[in-house]
Amino acid sequence: MDLFFHYDFMLRALVGALVIGLAAPALGIYLVQRRLALIGDGIGHVALTGVGAGLLLNRSPVLVAVVAATLGAIVIELVRSRGRTSGDLALALLFYGGIAGGVMLVGLSDASSGSLNAYLFGSLTTTSPADLVTIAVLGVALLVTMLALRPALFAVCHDEEYARVSGLPVRALNLLLAVGTAVTVTIAMRAVGVLLISALMVVPVATAQQVTRGFRATMAAAMALGLFAAGAGLWVAATADTAPGASVVLLAIGSFLVVALLAAGRRALRRRTRPAPAPVAEPPEHEVVLR
Amino acid sequence: MNEPVIQVAHAAVGYDGRSVLRDVSLTVTAGEVVAVLGANGSGKSTLIRAVLGLVPLGAGSVTLFGTPQRRFRQWHRIGYVPQRLGAGSGVPATVGEVVASGRLARRGVLRPPGRADREAVAAALRAVGLADRAGDPVATLSGGQQQRTLIARALAGRPELLVLDEPTAGVDAASQEAFAAALRAFRDGGGTVLLVAHELGPLRPLIGRAVVVHQGGICHDGAVPEPAGHHAEPGHDHVHPHCDEEPAGLWSM
Repeated sequence: MDLFFHYDFMLRALVGALVIGLAAPALGIYLVQRRLALIGDGIGHVALTGVGAGLLLNRSPVLVAVVAATLGAIVIELVRSRGRTSGDLALALLFYGGIAGGVMLVGLSDASSGSLNAYLFGSLTTTSPADLVTIAVLGVALLVTMLALRPALFAVCHDEEYARVSGLPVRALNLLLAVGTAVTVTIAMRAVGVLLISALMVVPVATAQQVTRGFRATMAAAMALGLFAAGAGLWVAATADTAPGASVVLLAIGSFLVVALLAAGRRALRRRTRPAPAPVAEPPEHEVVLR
Repeated sequence: MNEPVIQVAHAAVGYDGRSVLRDVSLTVTAGEVVAVLGANGSGKSTLIRAVLGLVPLGAGSVTLFGTPQRRFRQWHRIGYVPQRLGAGSGVPATVGEVVASGRLARRGVLRPPGRADREAVAAALRAVGLADRAGDPVATLSGGQQQRTLIARALAGRPELLVLDEPTAGVDAASQEAFAAALRAFRDGGGTVLLVAHELGPLRPLIGRAVVVHQGGICHDGAVPEPAGHHAEPGHDHVHPHCDEEPAGLWSM
């Protein structure tokens, strides 16, 4: 453990990872609820073009990436809400255009292929103090927004038409989610890289919902799992000298497998202790008969 | 004459150039319980979706509580009950959480829920007979109980007008009864109801007026039509009145 406190860069990496581990599932749960689990990947591709442009123009790649990802997210949201038929094709164009543009622009700049790798696969240990400030400010703002607007965002993601008839600002909330996704993607880019971004947004949610019954509980559990995966993943990376981003993601997926197995085991155990219910039109009101 | 709650004047709706509603006019006044009847594809659901602004009007106008729909902002006065809960979201949600969404129209986006909200949610759950299920995931409920959850969500906002899209389609008998009781209590409290139905079942005694939509137009507006022919047989509560000769294409839309 003192590894983290001996070296400033490790401490920065840890704080950055924890903020991202907490914030990414808080946003990701809305994407999962809306069945847009992979949208983060798409926006990550677009963010890569921003990184390339930033390197080429000698501007902060992360800030240019925030702008590019936000624009991309807004375009995707408009495509999603307007065009219903060719939506996935339009998204595909945007994704591939984003990654191809990023690779090309990074190639045109003086940056080495190493800096492209840092954004593709994450590079937590090179987090600078300025990066950490960006991550912390954006991460905390994101977290506060996602928690404070939970009832409204839940309503929009759960039943968009109902939310519209409730008079909620549906378009503004959707755009807020799109922009929030872009922000998450860009700050998580430092931690796990463009190619693994969705994992932090989606896997903790997928793990949590194996055992939870409600939305709020799922959100809390997913955030706890994200925090755990980020912290433990970084510790594994530091002690076993593995890639931090990949370690974090593999730990998140490992937790998913463990929880899924435990949940399946619990279900099987329940089935064995309880006789199979006779087929009825209306499920019995909560009766557990233990023999 | 009571105050008009819904006024539809010469409304037309089309999807992709195909006309679904033509020159439809309808007025619902406060305290009325109006059923919109019609065959599948007649345009009856489109009519209420147009009233709520969920589908754009091609022509004509809709007025809600005396305000043109485009400028209408008092959505807390309306409770909407969709046909069913969306395709089932990936993340579990409890009955209580879904019903709590019904308070947003009143509370707004920014204010956190307070005691009044929790009390309204509990009262709405009691009204539909689901008070003991508040903590259960919606996905574990039967179709009828899910439908009652949606009604509780609409009731939680304490609306003056309930708009329901086929609330009893595919709903078990117990839920239909619970549903009729909730609707009766709402009407007795002075509420106005506009509902789309394919079959009325236990709702029949509640309905004050029936509007029959046929091929995109209103062909009957008045008393609830009596079931005719084989529809009148015991156990068949199917109401789809026959205006003129039904063309072969009626069911194929």
